Amino acid sequence: MNAGAWGLLLSSFLASAVETVEAFTIVLAAGITRGWKSTLLGVVAALGVLAVIVALLGPGLVAIPIDVLRLVVGALLLIFGLQWLRKAILRASGYKAMHDEVAIFAREAAEARENPPTDPSAFDQYAFSLSFKGVFLEGLEVVFIVLTFGAIHGNIPLAALGAAIAVVLVVIVGLVVRAPLSKVPENTLKFTVGIMLTSFGIFWGAEGAGIMWPGNDAALPVIVLVTAACALVAAGAMKRERENDVVATA
Amino acid sequence: MSAIKNFLAFLYDFVVGDDWRMSLAVIVGLAFTAMAVRSGLNPWWLLPLFVVAGLGVSLRRVVRRNRES
Repeated sequence: MNAGAWGLLLSSFLASAVETVEAFTIVLAAGITRGWKSTLLGVVAALGVLAVIVALLGPGLVAIPIDVLRLVVGALLLIFGLQWLRKAILRASGYKAMHDEVAIFAREAAEARENPPTDPSAFDQYAFSLSFKGVFLEGLEVVFIVLTFGAIHGNIPLAALGAAIAVVLVVIVGLVVRAPLSKVPENTLKFTVGIMLTSFGIFWGAEGAGIMWPGNDAALPVIVLVTAACALVAAGAMKRERENDVVATA
Repeated sequence: MSAIKNFLAFLYDFVVGDDWRMSLAVIVGLAFTAMAVRSGLNPWWLLPLFVVAGLGVSLRRVVRRNRES
């Protein structure tokens, strides 16, 4: 496997791991507070809809000419990756609250307890909707990354494999722990995924626009390093600026 | 009609997210790159420059907003 294939596998694995941890927290909150039957139905329904989206979009994406695909997918990946990176920088510098699975679990569980089901054996619309939305929305980001990364690399199965390994691992750990997976370094993972998505987006987007990168494929690791350096410098500078502002207002 | 509107709003939020300026920087950067390539140039540095500028402007706005509040 070459560096690009490893990058593809790693990116889809990390993105999927982060999103699965978030979806797991919501499903756990719904299942524990409202019962598992309707919650698991919501999970299955969401996975079904996601599978249909993959089945519909996957073959279509592969059929698009590679230069058009690089330009469009590169642009989308770059826009999407910059969102992740921006949020990660804001979290690392203290401008945005860190993602806290324990707090999210407590909030979701408290909301779910507000209107408990009258008949525990009947279908619970609330639990179904909560778990469906959690799995669908988090899963959609994974689907987007897997399809775009996979299609542009001509290897959707490899990207899907990375995502599947992450889902299985997170679910196994979650079932063993039976608590929100707060020890997963989610913010660091998001920072890493943001860097990867942005770097791949720059590389493919520019290639799609007709650019020949100096060193061809060897430019990609350099872009990843430069993107990471810029993001870390920005996070560090913003953190210092925020601390200075706090001292000045105190 | 409202379902389509909701879907479009969701799509916008999903792809563009919190700050449209970054998306604009990407699109303008790609357009300028493509135009330069058609003129026989190979400005590989142009898109990264737009990306850094777009992200920088967006982050700067957050710092300024935070100071004002």
